[in-house]
Amino acid sequence: MKILLAPRMERCIGCHSCSLACAREVHRRLSWDTVGIRIHSSGGLSTGFEARTCLACLPAPCAAACPTGAYSQRRGGGVIVRKKLCIQCGSCAAACPVDAIYLDAAGEPFGCLHCGKCVPYCPHGCVEMVERQREPAPGQPGQEAEAQVAS
Amino acid sequence: MIRDHFRLLKVDLTTGRGQVVTLEGRDLVAGGSGLAALIYQQFGKPAAPWNDPEQPLIFAIGPLTGYFPLMSKTVLGFKSPYHDQYAESHAGGRSAVALRFADLDALVITGKAARPSVLSLGSRHLRIREAHYLWGMDVHAVGKYLRRKHPGSGHRSILRIGPAGELGSAMAGINVDSYRHFGRLGGGGALGAKNLKAIVIQGDGNFPLPEGRGYARLFTEVHQKLTQTTMMQKYHNLGTPVNMGVLNDLKALPIRNLRETSAPDISGITGERFAQDTLLRNMACSGCPVGCIHLGFVRERFHSDHRYYFRQVSYDHEPIFAVGAMLGVTDCFHVLDLIDVTEKMGLDVMSAGVALAWAAEATTHGVISERETIVPLGFGDAKNFETALRHLGQGANDFYRLLAQGVAKAASYYGGQDYACVLGQEMGGYATGEVFFVSQALGFRHSHLDSGGYSYDQKHKDRDVAQALNFLVKDEEGRVLLTSMVACLFAREVYQEELLAACLNSLGYGTMAAQLPELSRRIQQLRWQTRLATGYDPAQVKIPKRFTEIQTWKGPLDREYLETLRLSYARRIKELALEAASGHAG
Repeated sequence: MKILLAPRMERCIGCHSCSLACAREVHRRLSWDTVGIRIHSSGGLSTGFEARTCLACLPAPCAAACPTGAYSQRRGGGVIVRKKLCIQCGSCAAACPVDAIYLDAAGEPFGCLHCGKCVPYCPHGCVEMVERQREPAPGQPGQEAEAQVAS
Repeated sequence: MIRDHFRLLKVDLTTGRGQVVTLEGRDLVAGGSGLAALIYQQFGKPAAPWNDPEQPLIFAIGPLTGYFPLMSKTVLGFKSPYHDQYAESHAGGRSAVALRFADLDALVITGKAARPSVLSLGSRHLRIREAHYLWGMDVHAVGKYLRRKHPGSGHRSILRIGPAGELGSAMAGINVDSYRHFGRLGGGGALGAKNLKAIVIQGDGNFPLPEGRGYARLFTEVHQKLTQTTMMQKYHNLGTPVNMGVLNDLKALPIRNLRETSAPDISGITGERFAQDTLLRNMACSGCPVGCIHLGFVRERFHSDHRYYFRQVSYDHEPIFAVGAMLGVTDCFHVLDLIDVTEKMGLDVMSAGVALAWAAEATTHGVISERETIVPLGFGDAKNFETALRHLGQGANDFYRLLAQGVAKAASYYGGQDYACVLGQEMGGYATGEVFFVSQALGFRHSHLDSGGYSYDQKHKDRDVAQALNFLVKDEEGRVLLTSMVACLFAREVYQEELLAACLNSLGYGTMAAQLPELSRRIQQLRWQTRLATGYDPAQVKIPKRFTEIQTWKGPLDREYLETLRLSYARRIKELALEAASGHAG
């Protein structure tokens, strides 16, 4: 299964088109935050922008931390989200090692679903959908579920 | 959020309290330019001076802000220290989308803080913090401190002033997110008069979208039009500096205080030269996939052992014209150095450059000397101009403090009015002819963007006053509609009336969409009514002699055409204001 990667962020101009597309196309909202890919400015040596987005962990710590099954392992990395099962405890966001899950004011989590809907809106090809190259972490086989967006 | 009214946050710096205000009139004025004028009529003090603490600073966005690409500008409405009249200045960056996500249609700031302060706000917070330690800091330094103090990098907008704004300079701008500006007419001075060093807007809210797929489909169509056609190519390729070579070839580039309109040494500061030698990267305003912001680099060797530091400086046609061509500085790295100093001081680069160009010429005529300018000023002397920009920003002596109130004021005191390149305020970077000169001299913002006069000059050889007048009024009317949505004017070819109506309809603003011609006329009239109520008399605006002495590709300027058009446009502006009073928008 393909996953979303942001391999060319050095080209990013900070237009937020990806974030706004995710909000619009996936979550049906207008937002910079309640999205699966958030763009922040990066200071220091890089002096450009960075993408906060899911790295498609396999296994995914957020899925392991979810106490209700709202987050479950996606085949190929990342998670499948079933919003109806979510109790807004925030465990997923706390477990994410790269701060890729955003909790809104009510505690609802927003993360990347690896659907790729943001990709066509990036004017510089910073993000893309690719077949996963890495093997699952040793001793942690990925589960066999299909990707889906459930609400 | 989509709503049939306006939601304002009114912050009183005197009391330190804010108030959420609901204002009716969405279908009457849309937002942006229209909303700012409406709010000024409601809360402004037309008869009081610009620095009266009760004068409001109004930051307004529009119904399409954040919902469609390039709907990325904020309109600032305020009483200007430049002419003590109602004015507008526009800026991009993240300010517009941040205001949208702070769930505000406008931020209105009144009162005066007891001590230097920073205002921070978002969808769920409002704080005014005392910040005396930031006073006196340059724009870059204060940005660094504020970024450290306020979380949310990339999702916030930081507006701040430099030393020029603290002094109430009429040439002080408000820096937005390092590389954009409310540059013209002294917005920075107005903020400084309120003891407000900076505003941090956190865009931390989110909103549901309209039901159905209509909106998302239309967004995709607009996005594709902007990114998959060549319509915006000139803006992200060389950017606006492409004009430098084009205007120079046309004999329409103001050079060395407009003593020339074309010169061979301009080849050192063309858009092509900047791109080849200095361009480091591009940036975009939030919600704009075009990325027209061009950042050049300058490096400085500070030690003989090859030790350097480098800076990133945004460049455009206007700054290059102002501190390059007008000052006779024709090395692109020297131009970036000068732009960088104006950034740090928080000066409007266009006014500052044109002001020093006047000072350099006044020096040659013996009108002023080193006694006034502290360092000798001569065309091409980048190093001394750099020092002079610091003096101008910091108000180093009486001369620089007066010059910072506008070249016209300095020239009326010292002399040299004939060659003061002032068209309402210091001129923009076009010497295309009569229609542009009248457009900027009398136009609402005294900006090269009030209408496309520079374009009209290039397309029309006839000197038909009625036709030119009709163009000025109709073109302004169209632009006012865009600046009420609030669109970047670079997208004016894309957002034609039909598309604007479709965008508004997709968000549920059907009433507005059905009456766009009436809406734009109403806003145009309302703006002029608001301006004239604060004392503007367009018939009193003079166009200095220097503008009548130029040669363009069309030959010498036609003084009679210029004067007739000036008087006709002044009359028409007064009529537009009266039509607002009579409610005539049909």
